[in-house]
Amino acid sequence: MKSDLNAVYVIVAREFIKFVRERGRLISTLARPLLWLFLVGGGMSRMVSPDMGMPYMQFIFPGIIGMTILFSSIFSSISIIWDKEFGFMKEMLVAPVSRFSIVIGKALSGTVVSTLQALIILFLFPVIGLKLSIIQIFLILGISIILSFCLSSLGILIATFYESFESFSVIMNFIVMPMFFLSGAMYPVKLLPHVLSFLTKINPLTYGIDALKYMVFPEKKLLTHDFPLSLDIAVIIISSVIFVAIAAMVFERKK
Amino acid sequence: MPIIAVENLTKRFGNITAVDSISFEVEKGTIFGFLGPNGAGKTTTINILCTLLSPTSGKASIDGYDCMKESSEVRREIGIVFQDNTLDKELTAYENLLFHSYLYNVPKNERKGRIDDALNFVGLYERKDDTVKKFSGGMKRRLEVARSIIHQPKILFLDEPTLGLDPQSRTNLWEFISELPKRHDVTIFMTTHYMEEAEICNKIAIIDKGKLIAQGSPDDLKKMVGGDVIYLQTKDNAWAIDEIKKNLNLDAEEKNGEIFISVSKGDACIPKLINTLADMVLSVRLQRPTLNDVFLKLTGKAIRPEAVSGGDELKESIRSYRRKFDRG
Repeated sequence: MKSDLNAVYVIVAREFIKFVRERGRLISTLARPLLWLFLVGGGMSRMVSPDMGMPYMQFIFPGIIGMTILFSSIFSSISIIWDKEFGFMKEMLVAPVSRFSIVIGKALSGTVVSTLQALIILFLFPVIGLKLSIIQIFLILGISIILSFCLSSLGILIATFYESFESFSVIMNFIVMPMFFLSGAMYPVKLLPHVLSFLTKINPLTYGIDALKYMVFPEKKLLTHDFPLSLDIAVIIISSVIFVAIAAMVFERKK
Repeated sequence: MPIIAVENLTKRFGNITAVDSISFEVEKGTIFGFLGPNGAGKTTTINILCTLLSPTSGKASIDGYDCMKESSEVRREIGIVFQDNTLDKELTAYENLLFHSYLYNVPKNERKGRIDDALNFVGLYERKDDTVKKFSGGMKRRLEVARSIIHQPKILFLDEPTLGLDPQSRTNLWEFISELPKRHDVTIFMTTHYMEEAEICNKIAIIDKGKLIAQGSPDDLKKMVGGDVIYLQTKDNAWAIDEIKKNLNLDAEEKNGEIFISVSKGDACIPKLINTLADMVLSVRLQRPTLNDVFLKLTGKAIRPEAVSGGDELKESIRSYRRKFDRG
């Protein structure tokens, strides 16, 4: 038990050290949401009529926070594939620690790193003309933490099925990008045709971004949240548990 | 009781039998060499022993614990240096060892002492705060050896520990490894391609195509290909052959102006020869069979180290590819 807790600590500390040490990684992961927010959001703001209740750039702000969390969580988790290929995972697997603690450690390290990045993006709110109270900021932080944990767990689950780096672009193009576009980040879910709207409803990120919208825009408007907050939170937590459980099971299985 | 016991161990991958019903035992405090050509089943066997793979059939136990059913007990008892580097290159040498000490639950007040000792032991103390990516291949290997003894394992597995190292680093590494059983009371289970490295083993098992084809001490194995041969030049060969037959009761023959004598222990025989023949001796030469001869005889092929694979380089380029992707 003690060494299981130690294992969780080691995995989180390792990820954190690397996060701090590799400045380039931090800058590059922050570049993506910034480009979307200011270049895509800024450009689209001129096309989308402001009588929908808010400027487009403000509308996508919760989505951009969700995007930051999505990419950073998935990247952090699928580093498991590199660890498998480059050996460090073997060091973990032959240590007297449970597979479950490795999964939890990895999920928590993704959570820490993603939440930190989400926070950095969050503090851009005054730049795009939003006003947030301290309470709102803490609520957004709370949602960011559970959403990061959920998506990191999903990333681990994905990583358990791949053995080599070649799968990287498959994961990017067929899982991560569709998840982002079908999450209500860029346009309201309710405007989508039926088939696509079904896909958004099985996407955990949709509920995370919906919850973030709820926190950023507490008053109900045309462009704000689509689901009740309790549903959002329930989906995030339940799917996290499912992802972690399956990942731990797959991990436990020996060849 | 042997510290490692393997009985009829078999591992199949699909219809390929990687390990075919092998049995062997390793005694505590000894160095056991597991030799064989590439793809013979060495790494598969190690992976089963260190609980990474489960066997298709057969038994394997370490210090009395079953490798399949009691894997966490087994993991606590063993240290491993894998064929591929398993250090985290972005972390410092010290951090790599510190994290290891956490994983193995080394008591808090002993961590620093043990890490410093291990680093001193392999001569890397001065470099402890450098990230591992700055280390040479030999230094990384030494660091891995240091890491593998932090939790004071009873058994140390070394899978091709010197593969891809230059001769100087190899010698250097063996100095550390051969000291381990004395200093830390560990049993060593190692695989290697280099036959001269296997000479330090107390016992050797040779595996080929998944089957164990011979085991014994290096000397026992060498006897299989015949004993030592002593070559002798004297002032009077005919007289000398007579004297040898009469006084030492050995069979001696002349060939190309040299006397050759087949004996089991050549080194012990030379003083007797010189005593008997005194100053008639012009020169003495001892030829012993090498493990390579043994290997050649048993498997029909000489054992050769893999041409240092492009593997590491490939992996490096993958890494940089990945970095680009991460940032993209």
